[in-house]
Amino acid sequence: MPARLKLFFPLILFIVLAIFLVRGLSLDPKELPSALIDKPFPEFSLPALGSAQTLDKAAVSGQVALFNVWATWCVSCRVEHPYLTELAKQGVAIYGINYKDEDTAALGWLDELGDPYIASIADRDGTLGLDLGVYGAPETYLVDAQGLVRYRHVGVVNERVWSNTLQPIYEQLQSGKAN
Amino acid sequence: MLRHVCFLLLLLSLPALAVIETYEFSEPSLEKRYRSLSEELRCPKCQNQNIADSNAPISQDLRRLLYEQLEAGATDDEIRQYMVDRYGEFVRYRPSFSGVTVMLWVTPIVLLILGIAIAVMTLRGRKQTAGANEALSEAEQSKLRALMDKAESDK
Repeated sequence: MPARLKLFFPLILFIVLAIFLVRGLSLDPKELPSALIDKPFPEFSLPALGSAQTLDKAAVSGQVALFNVWATWCVSCRVEHPYLTELAKQGVAIYGINYKDEDTAALGWLDELGDPYIASIADRDGTLGLDLGVYGAPETYLVDAQGLVRYRHVGVVNERVWSNTLQPIYEQLQSGKAN
Repeated sequence: MLRHVCFLLLLLSLPALAVIETYEFSEPSLEKRYRSLSEELRCPKCQNQNIADSNAPISQDLRRLLYEQLEAGATDDEIRQYMVDRYGEFVRYRPSFSGVTVMLWVTPIVLLILGIAIAVMTLRGRKQTAGANEALSEAEQSKLRALMDKAESDK
């Protein structure tokens, strides 16, 4: 009998391998979980884009909000911009992090395409981006009322991403706040 | 004519500009550590390159950061921890031994032991069967003798 079982060994090996490979097909290696999930949003003190005001963490905390990392050099940011504007119209709180950009170009962009942001943090050298673990724009962070990072989406936020991923967490966090 | 134009155009081409910047270190030992750390840290953007090889903007930033931290006197572990705090375990090509990475570290050893075990078992099994073939039982001996005798008489 054991000799017979041995014959099945290649089949078993194949099945195990196949399971791992099939699983691998549906995994996205580009999807990196943020190291900051459930950790406080980093402290910062940076100028607000287009004003003399300085923003820090306290100034942008206190409500469930999206922090959208954007830049004028980022092509995909232009793609997601109209949808962010729509979300802002629906009453979603969105802050911008203008990542490694030039102020004049950024202000021109907001003039031309509309400004969905409550305020944009001018992160000219990418220091806040570094503390957040940003590795490319656009990225969007969902931060709760206590200032904890709850979710990070890398790439364009569109209707599908919003209703499938971000909105459920957003609403859950908001109802959590109401309780 | 065309040849001359080509030659002139060739003169116009500039040498590829070096994308990887160089840093002046105050001590040679720092440069050594810079080299080994930048080879060990992975570029978060580009999946399969370390920050020494990659010319992605994020890698440039991380190299500058690495340089600044080395000059400021940070230890290797502090720098690694700083990167992991921001970019997760992903940035390390030499991941730490923890619950999540235990498979990575243990699987090769387990597979090696398994391989050796299978090889030993197979070889031993082969020896046994070989040994079994050598000696014929009493019944087989007489059968063989009978067959050979028959063959002899058939001639």
